[in-house]
Amino acid sequence: MKAMPFIICCMTIGLVLPVLAAQHNEYPVSPPPFSEGIFPCSTCHAGLAVNTRKRQLKDEHTAITLRHAEKERWCLDCHSAGNRDKLRLADGETIDFTESYRLCGQCHGNIYRDWKAGIHGKRTGSFTGGKRTYLLCVGCHNPHDPKFKPLKPEPPPVRPKAQYGK
Amino acid sequence: MKAWRFFRETVQMVFVGTRAYTLWCAFLLAVIGVGIAFYLKQLDQGLIVTSMRDQVSWGLYIGNFTYLVGVAAAAVLLVIPAYIYHFDPIKEIVVLGELLAASAIITALLFVLADLGRPDRFWHMIPVIGILSFPDSLLAWDVVVLNGYLVLNTVVPITILVKTYFGKEPSRRLVIPLVLLSIPWAVGIHTVTAFLYNGLAARPFWNASILAPRFLASAFCSGPAMAILIFQILRKTAGMKIKNEALFKISELMAYSMFINLFLLGAELFKEYYSATIHLAPMEYLYQGLHGHNALVPWIWTATAMNITAFILFLIPRTRENLVTLNIGSLLIIAGVWVEKGLGLIVPGFIPDPLGEIYEYLPNSTEIAISLGIWACGLLIFTLFMRIAIPIQRGDFVHARHEKPALPPQYERIKP
Amino acid sequence: MLSLGALAGLSLGNLSCTRRAREEFLQKHFREMTEADKAAVIGRLEAQYQQQYGKAVRVGTEPAVPGTLWGYGLDLSRCIGCRRCVYACVQENNQSRGNPQLQWIRVIRLKKGSLINLENSEHYYDPATVPEPGFMYMPVQCQQCENPPCVRVCPVKATWKEPDGLVVVDYNWCIGCRYCIAACPYKGRVFNWAEPTLPPQEINPEVHYLGNRPRMKNVVEKCTFCVQRVRKGRYPACVEACPTGTRKFGNLLDPASEIRYLIEHKRVFRMKEDLNTEPKFYYFFSA
Repeated sequence: MKAMPFIICCMTIGLVLPVLAAQHNEYPVSPPPFSEGIFPCSTCHAGLAVNTRKRQLKDEHTAITLRHAEKERWCLDCHSAGNRDKLRLADGETIDFTESYRLCGQCHGNIYRDWKAGIHGKRTGSFTGGKRTYLLCVGCHNPHDPKFKPLKPEPPPVRPKAQYGK
Repeated sequence: MKAWRFFRETVQMVFVGTRAYTLWCAFLLAVIGVGIAFYLKQLDQGLIVTSMRDQVSWGLYIGNFTYLVGVAAAAVLLVIPAYIYHFDPIKEIVVLGELLAASAIITALLFVLADLGRPDRFWHMIPVIGILSFPDSLLAWDVVVLNGYLVLNTVVPITILVKTYFGKEPSRRLVIPLVLLSIPWAVGIHTVTAFLYNGLAARPFWNASILAPRFLASAFCSGPAMAILIFQILRKTAGMKIKNEALFKISELMAYSMFINLFLLGAELFKEYYSATIHLAPMEYLYQGLHGHNALVPWIWTATAMNITAFILFLIPRTRENLVTLNIGSLLIIAGVWVEKGLGLIVPGFIPDPLGEIYEYLPNSTEIAISLGIWACGLLIFTLFMRIAIPIQRGDFVHARHEKPALPPQYERIKP
Repeated sequence: MLSLGALAGLSLGNLSCTRRAREEFLQKHFREMTEADKAAVIGRLEAQYQQQYGKAVRVGTEPAVPGTLWGYGLDLSRCIGCRRCVYACVQENNQSRGNPQLQWIRVIRLKKGSLINLENSEHYYDPATVPEPGFMYMPVQCQQCENPPCVRVCPVKATWKEPDGLVVVDYNWCIGCRYCIAACPYKGRVFNWAEPTLPPQEINPEVHYLGNRPRMKNVVEKCTFCVQRVRKGRYPACVEACPTGTRKFGNLLDPASEIRYLIEHKRVFRMKEDLNTEPKFYYFFSA
């Protein structure tokens, strides 16, 4: 019940303010998990000519192997060629990295819907009243290789027969 | 004054007796002592010293409890054939049966106490000062009916004995209704105890409506089997007048009970094995072993063999009416039903557990020592009851002695 | 019989002969305490924990928030069986760490293609990595039934359902008979078979009387959906610990809550629904 005023409040703001600002408020996300020192991208890219040819990167970003519909797309389908500190939607709109869910949501509509409802992904903190944080899609999925990676499990419980004595 | 003298002499009397009596009591006290030592360890370290775990959270204690409730119920039901067939010493059988029932109930309650994790909070169960969740909890029902039964089965024999001591006839208007009440109450305690398990939908092995009838049928085998042996011991050692015919009649009734017990078991086995749903698992664990776990299999087959052998011995008039085979049969029933109803009924209820885990439970030395201690305690209580009751009933220990000072009290002669 | 129990009780109660032991022995049922009683008990417990763990522990007694009924969602399509939730729960809820080890969440591994027959479950899987091909995982904890069989069977009402639907235990009232463990179809309750072991440096000092306060030997305990957190509007610890977003939580009475959304938009089921226990723990498949 207590969540209601909060949501209504957000929606009202969304109607009044520009769309971009509204979504920042509605989905308070944790910071994107950049590799250290990589952002802003313009630090390096500002002085580089834009090469729009699809190719294998040999000098930089060699750690990135695209395993995300790699036949159909490459870097500049998502990264804005004009402003490297932004992402690019299909319609050409540029958005901040903190709004990357909109980019993902273009293809993964069902999951985007679930994510907005809090059913896909993870929220932490307070679900009512206080501060709540959403994890961005990239908080769990590497955007270049999004399949969730296997984990080492925590140890199994102690078997009842081993629960003996002190 | 008279009452005080009765009380004082009663206390004095239990401390003297024949050599066999003294040795028997000393033996029981020693076993109790060992049990107490182990119980103190359990109190100190917690129930971790038993083999019980979250997967199998009840074991030997609760198995013994269940068995003893059956003994208590059946002991009183001896009163019915005594009335129907006009066994000679009816009054003695009533007293003996009810004191056996009282001893069995006390022993059963001691098993609950041993199983209780927090005996220091026992008072939480006492109505008014604590909270007894009646009528919601079947355990609360059990507390009520068992304690009621205990009161009933001590009031009646004590009334009869005290009156006999003072040379008066017990008031029929008081005793007969109470004896009659104790009969349905006996059925009641065992039914409630069966319902304790029966009502748990989480445990399909127990959640079968045949459970309460099975409980009663098996109790009517093991209880009288004990009585048959006790009657003979008392006949030999204390000159109790009971005819062989009475024993044979009881054994005939036991044959019927065992038939019903085996029939109900067969009905249960058929239902589980023919339909073979996932609820068959506990039965499979018990009789065949499940996924390579089979700790109870030798136990249950031995018990089944014992029960069937006893059934045959009691069915055939020639073996039933032969004291040797009768006693063998009784012993087989006592042991067979104990396994069937102790380990065989309680433990498989937990295997596999609600999430499918299998933990093989067998009692460890701590549980066995504490259980033996409690059994010894029960036997001691019954022995002391008999030590007092029999001399009174035989007319050796009566108030009239004091009116004839020529007769000194001859405790040595008044053996149990 | 009664007197025997009382005797055993008195002797235990007097073992240390301290005022605290006497007060603990005579302590009333939580629901029968007045505010003053509660304050006294909390004061005693906080002093005891301070002494025992060398840390200030705050024992809360926050009542249910009006208009709340807590519900849980668990996405079986996402769970990879990594057991992060199990250990986050142990840490948050001050469970005994070992000898005896107590855990409120059991993650079971099932062969793909079988869900109801739990007899085929594996509790002790320990591969190098999860998920393993051919298997699915099902975490199980207290399902906070609306019709809880464990509550019904307790002979002393030491466990009950709070107005917000949480099934809680007064650890000081439990007599350790373990009837509730026998009655629970979900293995939702575990027993302190020995004195719990909780290293002082690992204690979580934010506790609730009916939830994660340190327990004693021979009493039963269980998941409370982190009563100490959810009554302050915070997600349960297992929800926050899950690396795959498998775990969802919310107020069933709030149509805008996450739990209501998933009940409406996903196909949910509850474990052993045939037992009519009406769990408030909803399993679903998002994919």
